[in-house]
Amino acid sequence: MTFIPASEKILDIGNPDRELSYSQAIQEAMALAMEADPRVILMGEDIGTYGGAFQVTGDLIHRFGEDRVMDTPISELGGAGVAVGAALTGLRPIFEFQFSDFATLAMEQIVNQAAKLRYMLGGAVSVPLVMRFPAGSGTGAAAQHSQSLEAWLAHVPGLKVVQPATPYDAKGLLLAAIADPDPVMIFEHKLLYKMKGAVPEGHYTVPLDKAEIRRAGRDLTIVATSIMVHRALDAAAALAEEGIEAEVIDLRSLRPIDTATIVQSVKRTHRLLCVYEGVKTLGIGAEVSAAIAESEAFDFLDAPIARLGGAEAPLPYNPELEKASVPQVPDIIVSALALAQGRL
Amino acid sequence: MQDMVEASSASPDIIPDISPGLIGNLPEIYRRLSRPALHEALRKMQLVRRFEENAEQAYMRGLIHGTMHLSIGQEASAIGVCVALTDRDYITSTHRGHGHCIGKGAEIGRMFAEFFGRETGYCRGRGGSMHIADPSKGNLGANGIVGGGIPIAVGAALSAKRLGTGAVSLSFFGDGASNEGAFHEALNMASIWKLPVIFICENNQYGMSTSTERSMAVKNVADRAASYGMPGVIVDGNRFAEVAAASFDAVERARRGDGPTLIECKTYRIRGHSRSDRNRYRTKEEIESWQERDPIKLFQTELRNYGLIEDSEIASIQTSVEEEIKAGLQFASDSPLPSTMDVTRDVYTSV
Repeated sequence: MTFIPASEKILDIGNPDRELSYSQAIQEAMALAMEADPRVILMGEDIGTYGGAFQVTGDLIHRFGEDRVMDTPISELGGAGVAVGAALTGLRPIFEFQFSDFATLAMEQIVNQAAKLRYMLGGAVSVPLVMRFPAGSGTGAAAQHSQSLEAWLAHVPGLKVVQPATPYDAKGLLLAAIADPDPVMIFEHKLLYKMKGAVPEGHYTVPLDKAEIRRAGRDLTIVATSIMVHRALDAAAALAEEGIEAEVIDLRSLRPIDTATIVQSVKRTHRLLCVYEGVKTLGIGAEVSAAIAESEAFDFLDAPIARLGGAEAPLPYNPELEKASVPQVPDIIVSALALAQGRL
Repeated sequence: MQDMVEASSASPDIIPDISPGLIGNLPEIYRRLSRPALHEALRKMQLVRRFEENAEQAYMRGLIHGTMHLSIGQEASAIGVCVALTDRDYITSTHRGHGHCIGKGAEIGRMFAEFFGRETGYCRGRGGSMHIADPSKGNLGANGIVGGGIPIAVGAALSAKRLGTGAVSLSFFGDGASNEGAFHEALNMASIWKLPVIFICENNQYGMSTSTERSMAVKNVADRAASYGMPGVIVDGNRFAEVAAASFDAVERARRGDGPTLIECKTYRIRGHSRSDRNRYRTKEEIESWQERDPIKLFQTELRNYGLIEDSEIASIQTSVEEEIKAGLQFASDSPLPSTMDVTRDVYTSV
């Protein structure tokens, strides 16, 4: 496990030679995989000439042609099914949903087919499929274009579910997902697409089953996902000025979940705060909390476990309402202070 | 039959041995398929029938749990379609898929073993009746979700086209599935990408208890092909020759790169939808009228009338089917059960 000194900022992780944005890092991963393996194809709505709703596929159609950068009709269910069938029979499709919310239109193929085919058929097949989901709020797109549904899919055995928080991880997790024989669901945060960070050139992978400690600390553990990792790091910097050292763990993988890293951290810090954008109830924080409650770390707890998650409401349009619906840096500071100062 | 693509000329050396007076009326398919191939098709139709009858009996005797969906009365569509395919071609099948599996070369013993929940079954006892698959023969699996296999078959056709394997992909589904969004999305994509895929609708008149009259505003499922710019062909699904002829034509069209075809086989399911069916939605007379058009009897009679089979050959086919069923049941009951320790095996290829 790499410990990142508290003074280092998240952007400094990895090879410092070059910076790319999160979306450029994803695009580079796809291009590398497509160059290396003719079986890799991209499918999705408006990913060709348009370049994707968030310009993640960009100009790839000019490099690889429309046979490998395939615009699908607006048919999420059928398109996902075609990707499943292609993965079963020799291709390595990367399927882009325009918004993660549209996974709801394709749940049948994701949950009943992609996730279960290998098991249902007694191990006779694999489904090497990658699905990319632009997720999260903060763009003013309201309730049907802002959700964080990763916990839904993380509830399904047979799928792997990851949430990259940095450009480095966005590339490394995607390359790992493409190489993986099983269906991997990647939830990308829309507000991170423009974020820049160090990204090494060439091929590398980030494991699909390991959390990462982004900042070491002794007073409490903050387990965060996706954009909340950055908010937790900002909160941790403010807490440090109050003399409270928060350890920030980027959970990174929701299925499988890296319980060992969390348990070891909580045994050191004795306090746990979970921060995630998905709706709080029955979200990933519930699983992290339960993992601690069921582990030897339970006896080390000096305070109740705390969770900060999305509001119990659809995402609203008004910017202030929208912000109020998901954890912000001040919310994390307040909760962490209460936890560290024994007020919980 | 409507909308038949042009007939290919039969090569003289495979013209079967038939009564000279009948040769003028001989359906083209009986010239295209050799006499042994026709006998094998008849044998497979009987094998499907006897497999299902024996599975039903085993269920009644408590040897099989869960549920099953029998295709008794639909054997001509399953075997008539599969006769046009090779092992490298793909199929996706349905919850009523035993005939498709046998048509695509599944072993009876491993199928029974799956029903019996044994480790030697096609799914090692994890899938049961609704999930039998054999990727080594191109069978990508039966499916418990109505319409679930249709886009998957389109994906297999995409692979075949992209990888240049020359394979075609074929999806079986029922009239009920043609009301699912997956059907419409899949046909549209197959057509715009001109993929080598064939859509086989086995219209057995009912989606569970709901008749096609009550669930579709058009008369035929094949009418829906027009929306997707592909040929829609209607055949008598109880006549092997009609099904096989349309399937060969559609497979050739797909292999030529001319794109997909939708074939509607008008047929009937003699048994109920599943074990829970009390047959309240149809009349005894209706069922009996279809029983009179039993596809196995029709095929057998036709072969006999054209002088393509002797009674002694029919008898020996029946004997071989019974032996295969008996051996299959024995294999299944002798096979080991899965260990409960392995309940999470094969969830992932690797973790």
